[in-house]
Amino acid sequence: MELIFEKSRSGRRASTLPLYDLPPGDLPADLRREHPPRLPELAEPEVLRHFTELSTRTFGIDTGFYPLGSCTMKHNPRVNERVVALPGFRDLHPLQDEDGAQGALELEWRLQEILAEVTGLDAVSLQPAAGSQGEVTGLMLMRAYFADRGENERDEIVVPDSAHGTNPASVAMAGYKLVDVRTDKRGNIDLDDLRGKVGERTAGLMLTNPSTLGLFDESIDEIQRIFHRAGALMYYDGANLNAVCGISRPGDMGFDIVHINLHKTFSQPHGGGGPGGGPIAVRKTLEPFLPVPAVTREGDGENVRFRLDYDRPKSIGKVRAFTGPFGVFVRSYAFIRAYGPALKEMSEVAVLNANYVLARVKDAYELPFDRLCMHEFVISARNLKRAHGITALDVAKRLMDYGFHPPTVYFPLIVPEALMVEPTETETKETLDAFCDAMLAIAREAEEEPELLRHAPHHRPVGRLDEVKAAKRAVVRYRFEDHPDWSAEPVDAEPRQLEAQKGA
Amino acid sequence: MTRFLSLTEADRKEMLGTIGVSSIDDLFEQIPPAVRFDRELDLEPALSEPELVAHLEALAARNAHTGAELSFLGAGIYDHYVPAVVDAILSRGELLTAYTPYQPEMSQGVLQAIFEYQTAICELTGMDVSNASGYDGTTVAADACFLAKHVTGRSKVVLAEALNPQVRQVVKTYAPGFALEVVEVPHRSGVTDPDEFREACRDAACAIFQQPNFFGCLEPAPDLAAAASEAEALAVAHVDPVSLGVLEAPGAYGCALAIGEGQGAGNYQSYGGPHYGFLAARSEYIRRMPGRIVGETIDAAGKRGYVLTLQTREQHIRREKATSNITTNQTLLALAGLVHLSWLGPEGLRELGETCLALGRYAKERLQSAGLELAFPDQTTFKEFAVRVGRPGAEVVTEARRKGVHPGYALGRDYEGLDDTLLVCVTERRSPAEVDRLVDVLSEVAA
Amino acid sequence: MAAAETYPDDLKYHQEHDWARVDGDEATLGITWFAQDALGELVHFEPPQEGSEVTKDSSYGEVESVKAVSEVIAPLSGEVVEVNRKVVDEPEIVNDDPYGDGWLVRIRLADSGEADSLLDAEAYKQLLAEQ
Repeated sequence: MELIFEKSRSGRRASTLPLYDLPPGDLPADLRREHPPRLPELAEPEVLRHFTELSTRTFGIDTGFYPLGSCTMKHNPRVNERVVALPGFRDLHPLQDEDGAQGALELEWRLQEILAEVTGLDAVSLQPAAGSQGEVTGLMLMRAYFADRGENERDEIVVPDSAHGTNPASVAMAGYKLVDVRTDKRGNIDLDDLRGKVGERTAGLMLTNPSTLGLFDESIDEIQRIFHRAGALMYYDGANLNAVCGISRPGDMGFDIVHINLHKTFSQPHGGGGPGGGPIAVRKTLEPFLPVPAVTREGDGENVRFRLDYDRPKSIGKVRAFTGPFGVFVRSYAFIRAYGPALKEMSEVAVLNANYVLARVKDAYELPFDRLCMHEFVISARNLKRAHGITALDVAKRLMDYGFHPPTVYFPLIVPEALMVEPTETETKETLDAFCDAMLAIAREAEEEPELLRHAPHHRPVGRLDEVKAAKRAVVRYRFEDHPDWSAEPVDAEPRQLEAQKGA
Repeated sequence: MTRFLSLTEADRKEMLGTIGVSSIDDLFEQIPPAVRFDRELDLEPALSEPELVAHLEALAARNAHTGAELSFLGAGIYDHYVPAVVDAILSRGELLTAYTPYQPEMSQGVLQAIFEYQTAICELTGMDVSNASGYDGTTVAADACFLAKHVTGRSKVVLAEALNPQVRQVVKTYAPGFALEVVEVPHRSGVTDPDEFREACRDAACAIFQQPNFFGCLEPAPDLAAAASEAEALAVAHVDPVSLGVLEAPGAYGCALAIGEGQGAGNYQSYGGPHYGFLAARSEYIRRMPGRIVGETIDAAGKRGYVLTLQTREQHIRREKATSNITTNQTLLALAGLVHLSWLGPEGLRELGETCLALGRYAKERLQSAGLELAFPDQTTFKEFAVRVGRPGAEVVTEARRKGVHPGYALGRDYEGLDDTLLVCVTERRSPAEVDRLVDVLSEVAA
Repeated sequence: MAAAETYPDDLKYHQEHDWARVDGDEATLGITWFAQDALGELVHFEPPQEGSEVTKDSSYGEVESVKAVSEVIAPLSGEVVEVNRKVVDEPEIVNDDPYGDGWLVRIRLADSGEADSLLDAEAYKQLLAEQ
């Protein structure tokens, strides 16, 4: 398929703009653009066809089953798209006066209250734009909290070795040092290892619970005691919140700061890589440090007003412009209002679906932790690798031929040839069964017809792409006349893919 | 059973049997009783779809949006026309509901779109490499500082005071964690002095200025870039994509990085988000770029395709040395930007810029004729300009809004000495007749 | 094509999986078979500048592979006299021949006594066995 730039022809144009009969404005010659940007020149029909074709070469939740572990690929309700486009939301400028934005501010305030209830904490900021930004924000809150108390020697954050890749990077960005703690054979944090690593230099723990292994840490109570006794804080990575809404709340587990992924648990569509939302909820003691402005409610009854409060002298500042990604709030708020307290049922079904798939597929693969899972589980293709030379990547590619998006692979790092499966609650039993049938069939194919797997996928617009060539050649834009001609490039019959995490 | 869930009672029974437990509660046994939530969530009862829509319509109705009020608000977020093709393409379910394209064979559409977006941003900014988007126009400034610190080994960053206040505030929020010292260079009559800038840039990792700046004034951008480079600091221009059909590209006047808020190209205002930040750089910085990058390659049959590339930067063996922690970014909004820029084309973008220039000139002249004073009369401006209203700006806004016009952003909150000054923005969506209306209203309410 | 696993006796080893071949007042540095095997195929080598200083136990560059990016640790201190440009152009040479053509930099030693604290081949193999 051609790039839009390759379809471009000089003189074509899709746009019309109002033209006013006015004298032109001034521009000093040394600031004026000399060479126009080479943007595409197409009329409207070709623009629409081009992007429509791109959409047909993309697999979304709307297309089919998408069990990416830790991503929570649930159905995105279509009514949410209708309400986010209401002019009162869509065409509202963020610097509008408060009295001209009461509907927006009320929606934000209500969403804050809901998230406080779901997490079991006291105060919420909706500002962070994604989960990983929520993480850095949470760590900045810790820093501000301890600085306020004069406890400046605390410079370490404890992170389990099964952690999401963003956790260590967030730790570095917040200026902390990382201390790794081991996972034991049950998939819980190794308490003996932990006790030796928590002390006066510890600022806090970053934990996902259930973990990236899809397992609820059975020692969570002891863990929170260890940290709180040392005067440290507990940070909850909310990536896996879909498992426990209305069943167990991070605040009750002992966590002090929580980030929530609105694009995971609360149905903001993933959009091919964003937008997302990463609001944080905190205990009362941390509220003064939250980003500005805070969204507050004053008065009651007829006189209720929603305000933006900038008078927060202890605030860490701002992590993003305005109050955050408002369109994401509208969708998440609408999602939650459509459920009400039945959010609990959402989590129950998510956990049921995951355990069902696990029960059906586990005998054909290796199970690193023999326990019931929560909303996702990790299995290993190591048995297939040893016996037949088939990797987790091969399994993933072959699943495409069966019409499914693959699960997350090569994460978490502590499980070799890992496949992390998260079905979510919005799938039918028939779909789950079809997926399990495919996983079992692939395990058989590994033995009987391994070549079929090694050259999968066979029915997608492209075959396996050479990621090593991509990293070496680093062609990251169209270069017009200088664009490389790949036809001269030697083709690898076995294109090499990165053994990097794919998913989560 | 809610309408998003499909499992019937019969399904559940069968599934529980396969798992080997008798009830759903059994699945949660591993949760210690001490942390079990024993009551119902204190949330309002579920709304049916029609009730939900009615509730949200009621909330939306209490917002004064740009359809309900004649607005001259800008200050970083702009009321530009979003063409219908953008809405049409963004509602394609495959694009709307796909995840980050980790499995390239399933996501060639998204990957190619991002590759095209990266190309468009490079063309606009005159740079060699762009990432797949950042969160917004503020966080990309923090990203630029992080990159500059890694590249130069220096810890000082310089910000022009005429750079958007929220951008500066976000950089200052990230600064302690990055161990950065932040220095600001004050504006002089609405622009930044290159000599002062050069002085501040000594031992700096990078220096960020905005073009046009927050006041809409055109900075002496090539001189500011040179001032930074002479001090061996990375020159970073924060630019408006809509301006780049008529204003010179940062890559053409010596910048190392170009960043900005993409909203004006393709996104609705949406009370501040979601939008997309862009970050583009010269080729020597490619391996230090934060965020996702899409690259071109071939498959086993020699067919061209697209993949996420240079990803291992995010999986540094010393995990804390990754170039950034960004995973989810703003792809769909960046795609909207690409569609908008494709709809405009180079000629449309140029025309859009000329229209903003012409309307700006008209508005300034009419306001001056009506007796109002410009705050920075000697400066050339693009799309926005600062006008003195002789009374506290916030009061003027309140009174003007009672007459159905929002006259602009009151600058007093962010800048000293500008309590009586409004930032007026005139985009192509405002006609000369609407500008006349603004002039009438301001004449009535200004002192 | 990756090499077979070896740890030549004439080299000195650092516990971060780097080797040094000392030759009078100069040394050649690189990464061990274990390191290239753990990383997988290399796609990029980010070298130090010629003329710059490297410090024992500190990073002097980065290698990027199909799996991850990793720092390269200097087993000895000194000044960089030569960078292996062939590896910069074709990093996979390191996988094929980590101790020969896959050398990374040559340095002029700051302190030849430092080599005494490095591991010999037997000690390094012992370290690997304990991993």
